[in-house]
Amino acid sequence: MSAAKWRPGRGWATAGAYAALAAGGILVVFPFAWMLATALKAPREIFELHFWPHAPTLDNVRDVLLRTQFPRWFANSLGIALVTTASVAFFDSLAGYTFAKLRFPGRTAVFVVILSTLMIPTEMLVIPWYTMSARLGWINTYWGIMFPGLASAFGVFLMRQFMSGVPEELLDAARIDGLSELGLFTRVALPLVRPALAALCIFTFLGNWNAFLWPLIVIQTPEMRTLPVGIALFSGEAGSSWHLIMAASALAVLPVLGVFAILQRQIIEGVVLTGLRG
Amino acid sequence: MAFFLTIRLAPAATALTISLHRWNIIGTDQPYVGFANFREIAADPLFWKAIRNTVRYAAVGIPAQLALGFGAALLLRAVVGLRGFFRALYFIPFVTPVVAAAWVWQWMYSPQFGPLGRLFGTVGLTVPALLRTPSLALYAVTAMVVWQYLGFQVVIFLAGLEAIPRAYYEAAAVDGAGGWRLFRHITVPLLNPTLVFSIVYGTIVYLQLFTQVLNMTFGDPGGPLGSTETVVLYVYTQGFQRFHMGQAAAATVVLFAVIMLISLGQLSLLSRPVEY
Repeated sequence: MSAAKWRPGRGWATAGAYAALAAGGILVVFPFAWMLATALKAPREIFELHFWPHAPTLDNVRDVLLRTQFPRWFANSLGIALVTTASVAFFDSLAGYTFAKLRFPGRTAVFVVILSTLMIPTEMLVIPWYTMSARLGWINTYWGIMFPGLASAFGVFLMRQFMSGVPEELLDAARIDGLSELGLFTRVALPLVRPALAALCIFTFLGNWNAFLWPLIVIQTPEMRTLPVGIALFSGEAGSSWHLIMAASALAVLPVLGVFAILQRQIIEGVVLTGLRG
Repeated sequence: MAFFLTIRLAPAATALTISLHRWNIIGTDQPYVGFANFREIAADPLFWKAIRNTVRYAAVGIPAQLALGFGAALLLRAVVGLRGFFRALYFIPFVTPVVAAAWVWQWMYSPQFGPLGRLFGTVGLTVPALLRTPSLALYAVTAMVVWQYLGFQVVIFLAGLEAIPRAYYEAAAVDGAGGWRLFRHITVPLLNPTLVFSIVYGTIVYLQLFTQVLNMTFGDPGGPLGSTETVVLYVYTQGFQRFHMGQAAAATVVLFAVIMLISLGQLSLLSRPVEY
């Protein structure tokens, strides 16, 4: 605000807005501070009244890393989320391009069928997935955890919307220049929808990183657990060892916050880009 | 291309048909039982409790996160500096792993050792065990979910507010409209699509509430006297802990029907032209 426009009333309003935002911000962030404070406390200190540990210690973090299979769970989640994201990016962008730019009989009907699967909640599918996995021996395998997420109907819808925005003239020009259909897709269409594809990748990754219901059902042994399932079951067994539960939570939360700190602009813009259209 | 199509479509179509037909019974022998599963869950008081609770979660949580999100978005519009910072700050819970966050909140609600308990403890008051009190547990869980989705709402509202052309405000101001009337007659009606989207999105989130509830009342899923039970938690305990797959599947069909009605409702609401 320029000095010329400054009025006393206005200044107070701005100060009030900042104060309210800061108060809200403290409330929003408080659980994280609480988590860290407990994670860094020695066991005897967690039931004492002071907020911040007098002698911060990394013992809890070390215990979680060494005495549980936390590193394994982390690696499981990372691997599953990466493979799923790559698969979704590949299939959904191709399918989106197909639906947006290629003409073939039944195009609309097939697209509508895919779109209608969006209305089916995951919760309804876990039972058929489970019986199918049991029949095919997929229970407690990485494939079993991943297969439902390898392509997403929402992703196809999103990519089709954005691919439709790729100008036909551009594709025709490239066609005349002798580019193959696959070349049109990789060299013309894909670069133009990069922001949407990036958003799709980020949300697919986050969704799989956080997925809980299906992994909880399909995983049976400790070493196959994903991070959310591992933390839930570990915490359930840890009873009142809150210093260990909070240390495990912190280990799960901090890497995500680190990534968010780097990518926050893309992530938030991705919400706007995809959320308002979805 | 056709190859990708078939392998994309086939699983989707199978999932659809399987899910629509599996409600009979899953077990060693699988006799066709017609609507018996539906009758059984309809006779189960816990199922009705789950439905009532799910409606309550939505009825409390959605207005709360809309109001707070809208308020925060308006405040952010009022400031210039640090807008991006606050937007990111409020957004953090949305990207935080849900399971870990639920356990942090469970620990925060500890009556003796949580921050609230300590604060009141210093003045000699005791705080009830929020998650163990049937009348309060549901609201304690809702507070966590609102915390989680607040930042998302803020971002959605900010985008909606930014999409309103400045010229409308300027024109109305020339006509002599003041702050409240600008808000009432320009901001609110033009934000209608954003509001509809937020409500529908929120409804679907609350209808599928599971992870937060299971993790915040882990030792006693569904909370004291089933007071935090949700439809999806009911599906999970019926299907995968008691292995009553038939009843669980029937409950998911009910959930599906509700979600489909809401999605169709959204379509008809959104495709209605907005009149200025």
